[in-house]
Amino acid sequence: MNNHTRLSVTRRELLGSSGALVVSAAVPWLSGSAQAQGSNMKKPALAPDELDSWVAIQPDGQVIAYYGKVDLGQGLEVAIAQIVAEELDVAFDKVEIIMGDTATSLNQGGASSALGIQAGAKPLRNAAAEARRLLVDMASAKLGLAPGKLGVSDGVIFALDDVGKRVSYAELIGGQYFNTKVEWNKKNGNQMNVKGKAKPKLPAQYTLVGQPVSRRDVAWKVFGTGRYVSDITVPGMLHARVIRTPRAGSIAEAVDASSIQSIPGARVIREKNFLAVVADKEWDAVRAARLLKVTWSEAKNLFPTWEKVHDHIRSAPTLKRDDSEKTGDVAAAFQSAARVVQAEYEWPFQSHASMGPACAIVDARADHATLWTGSQKPHYARDGVAKQLGLAAEKVQGIWFIGPGSYGRNDAGDAALDAALLSKLTGRPVRVQGMRHDATAWDPKAPASVHRARAALDASGKVIGYEFTSRGFSRASIRSNESDPRDSLSGMEIGLPPNIGVGFGTPEESYGFNNKLLAWEVIPALLDGASPLRTSHLRDPVGLQIHFASEQFIDELAVATGADPVAFRLNYLTAARDQAVVKAAAEKSGWKARSSARRDLSADLLKGRGIAYAQRGGTILAVVAEIEVERKTGRIWGRKFTVAHDCGLVVNPEGLRHTIEGGLVQSLSRSLFEEVHFDKNSVTSVDWLSYPILDMKDAPESIDVVLINHPEVAPTGAGEATCRVVPAAVANAFFDATGVRLRRAPMTPERVMAALASAS
Amino acid sequence: MATTQFTVDGKPARVDGDPQMPLLYALRGDLKMINPKFGCGLAQCGACTVHINGEAVRSCVLPVSAVQGQQITTLAGLGTPDKPHPLQTAFVQEQVPQCGYCINGWVMTAAAFLKKNPTATDAQVRDALAGLKCRCGTHVSIMRAIKRAQAQMV
Repeated sequence: MNNHTRLSVTRRELLGSSGALVVSAAVPWLSGSAQAQGSNMKKPALAPDELDSWVAIQPDGQVIAYYGKVDLGQGLEVAIAQIVAEELDVAFDKVEIIMGDTATSLNQGGASSALGIQAGAKPLRNAAAEARRLLVDMASAKLGLAPGKLGVSDGVIFALDDVGKRVSYAELIGGQYFNTKVEWNKKNGNQMNVKGKAKPKLPAQYTLVGQPVSRRDVAWKVFGTGRYVSDITVPGMLHARVIRTPRAGSIAEAVDASSIQSIPGARVIREKNFLAVVADKEWDAVRAARLLKVTWSEAKNLFPTWEKVHDHIRSAPTLKRDDSEKTGDVAAAFQSAARVVQAEYEWPFQSHASMGPACAIVDARADHATLWTGSQKPHYARDGVAKQLGLAAEKVQGIWFIGPGSYGRNDAGDAALDAALLSKLTGRPVRVQGMRHDATAWDPKAPASVHRARAALDASGKVIGYEFTSRGFSRASIRSNESDPRDSLSGMEIGLPPNIGVGFGTPEESYGFNNKLLAWEVIPALLDGASPLRTSHLRDPVGLQIHFASEQFIDELAVATGADPVAFRLNYLTAARDQAVVKAAAEKSGWKARSSARRDLSADLLKGRGIAYAQRGGTILAVVAEIEVERKTGRIWGRKFTVAHDCGLVVNPEGLRHTIEGGLVQSLSRSLFEEVHFDKNSVTSVDWLSYPILDMKDAPESIDVVLINHPEVAPTGAGEATCRVVPAAVANAFFDATGVRLRRAPMTPERVMAALASAS
Repeated sequence: MATTQFTVDGKPARVDGDPQMPLLYALRGDLKMINPKFGCGLAQCGACTVHINGEAVRSCVLPVSAVQGQQITTLAGLGTPDKPHPLQTAFVQEQVPQCGYCINGWVMTAAAFLKKNPTATDAQVRDALAGLKCRCGTHVSIMRAIKRAQAQMV
């Protein structure tokens, strides 16, 4: 075992104890080190415009950077440390990242839209550069040399012409504070940024940014020496299970508390339509939740059933339509068309189905409270808990520990507010954890949708008009963070008015079609209230839905015009970087041009390859899927994938590759297997049997990743972009293999068999 | 109420309470052994896997009374940073876990399997690990890590 691994475990053990290190870091050291110019012994209050809120130098020269987002296991912590170390000119191992504790980090928006580096690193880069500038000024005064005559190496400032003249960061300010203001852009959340007088380095000067550096949160996870949020215990805490209605919209008319009287300490907690059981032992809470007799009001039959949801989407009233993305005269183009190609695609509701049900603990006191949460937006969760308790936000500390998977607004947001309400109602610290059905049936869902595409072709086959319309449930009928109890199940159950969000999205691409319209339409939620089919963000919100359709339609256009799918894309893409990713993916995968499907239906194993491309928030990528279709079973195996990925400057290629791989496989799972089933009253996808995801036997054999590095372009996100190109790449490969289109996801064996039967 | 006695990672353990309580709650709640995780409570995901006398078992559905006198090993007992199991070394080297909540299940299941089948082919490994869940999609790196560990183990 190398030192790095051992070190990681030790660090986690330190950090794992709910910020013990954080507290000591905030205490001034009376070490007798040089009283540095401009520094002092008292840490200013946490505020964006205080340099000390971003970066601190410890007495031993270690650097702490305070990050207001969280790393969900994709190496953000390492990337941020690389950036801070780079600007400060210290070794990577000297930088510690503290994140996710509202007492020590600012609200940078939490994990959000793959912005961890794109937005989240900006203030830290600037703050670290400013800290270096101030330290060099201090050294200049101390050594009596102009700043221009000084160099910095691993936290030691030295005279360029006499390296014997030197002073370390630790000697200058270790354990003390800068007490220096930085300029804050007055924004909170993702867009928060600050700058000082210093100019950050130019990419050409980077020595650490761009290097592959291993993660520091791997070893503790593999050796089991750290803690997840569900491993936290608080003295005196109760265990709770929340009981949600078996039928959406129906409420508990009667609760028979005597049905759990045989379980020691178990009792019912009820506030309006919010219902839970608590007990001193977790197993007793689980048993009580199972045994409790509740009489529910009659079924309301609010849902159309999963089989009919797309018919419902087509026929429901339109709540809002947006057709602002328009160029040229689309109607005229279609009127003059020699030929019109059109198709319609369907995507189901999908669940976060995180690896474990969410857990949260709240210790609510009369005038303050503490929240332990796995929410990927702990500052917003803190805000929501404060509102739930009627406390000012600053009276509540939110402490993040990694949860059992987090890919957006999953059940973690509800767990936090459930725990807050229960702690308030019981006067004790309360730990809430869901059961499996809470995580799969009751998490906010990714919306189901229908996508209509049509293109006008002239006599030569040129695309002269293009129209793409997505229509579905809102991308977020509850907001993507839990800062308002109205967006939580418990909030709605105690009667707060729902906080309805309406929006969807459009394809992100650079196809230069003249006369182009990209539109969306949102229909009303099935139930404005505590619904298991309320919608919110799931990794790459609406990206899979939209690009499953739009990138499959591009393929359909290629076929309709007798063009190879790669050549067709290159012909119409207008941006050079977009063309580059398509070319790179094709070349690396050994793409052989074909203008029609391979369509060999005679063999038992049909093989095909397909490509899809998209942009996402500045990142550009293409993926080639090589699949096998078992003709007798309908099973699709996504055997090999080739990804060409351009997110500007690559900060850490190792972390980036792993992030791309994970996103790809998760999206493959959603493409092939995942569909929330529901009857007229409830979600019937409640566990891993009724909501299957990708199994090891279905995992790809290989994933080739081509990283296209553009150091001159500021880094953009990587956590979500890959997700959106996988579904269409697989569907396009299926067409190549069979000559048949799969326009409805997921592409299950049953749908494959039906499609093949209809083709033969 | 009943008392069950067994060993966990070589140390004697004793649990009093409902004999039907799943072993997972005894380990996590009574004994504070937090490596096995609650993922589903239905033996469908593997996050709760421990070894009982060397066999991989899903502790979330096994009544605690069934392990009277048995030897239980958790992830922490499989290996430590100073004395790692080859799979743990390989999982670190391949940087496998993302959220990592499932990792206990993969490492414990693979360790029991490879002990009996150190030269298993990729297809056999995939079969042996069928049914385990990973929501972050780290499957490809899991296979890389297992291959790496196999090279160390034979």
